[in-house]
Amino acid sequence: MICEECNERPATMHFTKIINGKKTEVHMCERCAQEKGEMFMLNGGPGFSINNLLAGLFNIDPGFQQAKANALPKTEVLRCIRCNLTFSQFVHIGKFGCAECYETFKDHLDPILKRVHSGNTSHHGKIPKRIGGSIHIKKQIKDLKQQLKQFIEHEEFEKAAEIRDQVRSLEKGADNVEGGGQQ
Amino acid sequence: MSLEHFLQKAISSWMNEEGPDSDIVLSSRIRLARNFKDFSFSTLFSQEEAMQIINVIKDCLNDTDIPEVGRLEFLQMESLQPLDKLVLVEKHLISPNLAEDSPYGACLLSANEEVSIMVNEEDHLRIQCLYSGLQLNEALQRANALDDFIEGQIDYAFDEERGYLTSCPTNVGTGLRASVMMHLPGLVLTNQINHLIPAINQLGLVVRGIYGEGSEAIGNIFQISNQITLGKSETDIVEDLTSVVQQIIAQERSAREALVHTSDIQLEDRVYRSFGILQHARVIETKEAARCLSDVRLGIDLGYIKNISKGILNELMILTQPGFLQKYAGGPLRPHERDIRRAAFIRERFDLEKKDNSEGGNSL
Ligand SMILES: [Zn+2]
Ligand SMILES: [Zn+2]
Repeated sequence: MICEECNERPATMHFTKIINGKKTEVHMCERCAQEKGEMFMLNGGPGFSINNLLAGLFNIDPGFQQAKANALPKTEVLRCIRCNLTFSQFVHIGKFGCAECYETFKDHLDPILKRVHSGNTSHHGKIPKRIGGSIHIKKQIKDLKQQLKQFIEHEEFEKAAEIRDQVRSLEKGADNVEGGGQQ
Repeated sequence: MSLEHFLQKAISSWMNEEGPDSDIVLSSRIRLARNFKDFSFSTLFSQEEAMQIINVIKDCLNDTDIPEVGRLEFLQMESLQPLDKLVLVEKHLISPNLAEDSPYGACLLSANEEVSIMVNEEDHLRIQCLYSGLQLNEALQRANALDDFIEGQIDYAFDEERGYLTSCPTNVGTGLRASVMMHLPGLVLTNQINHLIPAINQLGLVVRGIYGEGSEAIGNIFQISNQITLGKSETDIVEDLTSVVQQIIAQERSAREALVHTSDIQLEDRVYRSFGILQHARVIETKEAARCLSDVRLGIDLGYIKNISKGILNELMILTQPGFLQKYAGGPLRPHERDIRRAAFIRERFDLEKKDNSEGGNSL
């Protein structure tokens, strides 16, 4: 077999590449593979092995396998209604098909996320300003209440009172946003 | 094209600016992964959806003066020559994946190449900011400004519980990958790096070579990045990474000091041998070039070599990659031809330094 890159030297390196869930065999000589390899290392591009790695990662998780065994009788397939991806396809390619998949596979995600993110399953970072709306306010209230607790513990009551007022006015605002959103 | 002109066009601002701690930290990068709420992820989307995404982001950003960012130039992958795509990859502006496997991919670039957005890669958007030296906070701020601007007009896939939804579960939550590129010859030469890497891994950070395969880091250049994107805030991720990087900087500095004190003349000899090879070799492979460039850069940092700009390591590590060499040569080259061109390019580049010095006069 001849190298697919240079069409010169014999292909001694063989890879399996997965693009959008489709497997492709790649055959290259050592020299070209090395140069390709250098390219793939750049930016941490998800070229050769990430997907396989992930699928392997999911499969070895005992908690996850149990969840799968319990919740999925053989005749019933868990499938995202929006993009049609099944749960086993997700595990195989290691990628979601759409935002809705997160909701569809919700009951099976915690063990996977815990494994990948050192035990974490919920977001504690940025919230988009516009669509975040009430989420943003709720988060702010949570943070302020944390501060409030600390001020009280340190007996800084004047500051605590200030924070309490802020929380109250935010809570009013949050009610309005949510009420407005639902009616 | 003259070398000077080629360089002018080829060099991004992070390569020759000197950010904080730039004797050790070559660059800082922030990447945010974002997806549009109403479209399938790139894993499964149709051609039609892909084109719609491109149009939506074009409408949002093209010909727009974005606060804190300026204007971005739009480039569609299918209309670029393979060699031009390879050059963008070698400059770290787009991923190999976008260049090779994303027929409906596109990117948006700022004029100084500090800001780039990949469209329709693994996620609909990958917002990236690349700065010289250790400037993760600055890069995060910039990326956030751009993110806010886009979010002002486009609905992102976001979930209260899981955060920003990404195609791969390894990016969900903040969608943030913060990374720094470090030159660590001191820790490599003193064999400390092998102990350091597992320790850094235990802190939830990933260390790897940027050039070279597997655990090998050619040019002694390492990339350190966060692994976890879920459960920590963006600021915490960046602060944690920064503090580890600062410790590595301190260790690298003391390793260099120890080397200077204990190596007698060997270190200086090593530096000058490499300097000689780069200035005179007629054929040079990537690996040897990288090793010599690392030595010369260390020699500059330690004051053995004067009158050569520090940026030469960043610059030549990138400009001697296959894509750039072929771009400069004006067409495809076989591997052996590249090795010859690489040697010639490096010689020419060093000659340019000498010329600058004789013209510029008394630089330190
Ligand atoms: Zn080949
Ligand atoms: Zn789906």
